[in-house]
Amino acid sequence: MNPIPLFHIGDFLLVSIPEDLSDSMVTRLQDSLSRKVIKLQIKGVLLDLSSVTIVDSFIGRMLGNMASITAMLGAEAIIVGIQPAIAITMIELGLGLNNIKTALNVDQGVIMLQILAADKAIDYVSKQ
Amino acid sequence: MIIDNISRIADIITRHQESILNDWLHEQLVALSARQDLISESNLRLQSTELLSLFVPACNTGSLSDITQPEWAFVLDFLNKISSSRAILGFSPSETATFIFSLKQPLFDCLRQELNSDAEVLVDELWIATVLLDKLGLYTTEVFQKSREEIIRRQQRDMLELSTPVVKLWDGILAVPLIGTLDSIRTQVVMETLLQSIVDTGSHIAILDITGVPIVDTMIAQNLLKTVAAARLMGSECIICGIRPQIAQTMVHLGVAFGDVVTKATLSDALAYAFRRINRAVIQQVAHD
Repeated sequence: MNPIPLFHIGDFLLVSIPEDLSDSMVTRLQDSLSRKVIKLQIKGVLLDLSSVTIVDSFIGRMLGNMASITAMLGAEAIIVGIQPAIAITMIELGLGLNNIKTALNVDQGVIMLQILAADKAIDYVSKQ
Repeated sequence: MIIDNISRIADIITRHQESILNDWLHEQLVALSARQDLISESNLRLQSTELLSLFVPACNTGSLSDITQPEWAFVLDFLNKISSSRAILGFSPSETATFIFSLKQPLFDCLRQELNSDAEVLVDELWIATVLLDKLGLYTTEVFQKSREEIIRRQQRDMLELSTPVVKLWDGILAVPLIGTLDSIRTQVVMETLLQSIVDTGSHIAILDITGVPIVDTMIAQNLLKTVAAARLMGSECIICGIRPQIAQTMVHLGVAFGDVVTKATLSDALAYAFRRINRAVIQQVAHD
């Protein structure tokens, strides 16, 4: 099975989650994602769910976990492109992803990452 | 003996068709005298003639005690059509059933004329005819009821759609004026329409206006929060507004809270907040005289 590709764009990493997502793929993705964030000194990760049409409780939780792990490694994580039906399903499953940032699509996500990165830079400068 | 009876009723109707039809029409017109705005006499005559023409072959071929048999299918189909059309026109159930029940009098009169020599046969025939017409009458009422229920269901569906409009207030700002109680079905509809509109318009802010929601209890608050959470997953921020003073008091007394969702008193407050969130401002222009 091919691993899920991680697109490295500047300081950011774009993960396009495929439609047919198996549990083992998610586990492997979590592993390779956390490695890459460290290795490439990633500042922001976009998890794009726009092609995902089915989400179960495991995958929903793993997506949240991936965002939390990325945040723990010091990078911003944004989940983008959740479809209406998926959003409703996740709420019904009790997966509100309360502490995780979300955006409508990749475009909005990139803008958000840039703003967040700029804010961090300002914070860093002001603390110096 | 039963076979004998079948042929006699059908036979009597065939021979007296014209007089039965006239008497029957007369009965119907008397019973429906108040409803002549809904159906014309000629229309009634047409319907009655057609039913009799379907009734006779069914009596001839089928069993008179069981209207579920295939021989009665045409008669039932026709009654089905009449009942549902009358339900839509606004007839009452008894007025609809009258169509069948008023056939009794003329039919019984004919039976009596024909069979007055043999009392026993007459009673048998009357009984068979009564049971048959009662069944057909009950059938019309049943169909009538079903048609009414169908109308009610359709109206409920229409109301659901009408009561959940999503309006675009500004580029990137949506508003949902909620009216009526928010049960789980309505919440589902609101959620679906709102989320789809967020995708379609690419909005960042959704304002849920609950001015038209008469009471907010734990369940309704829960449903609202579900909608807010779903919109948040799509990258939109929700603002709840239109909370009236009494409702705010009741909610606090009940211990119902909207958590960390932004709440505002009025829609205009919410809009002002939304403008700030998307870095817009409304400015007053200096008047040029």
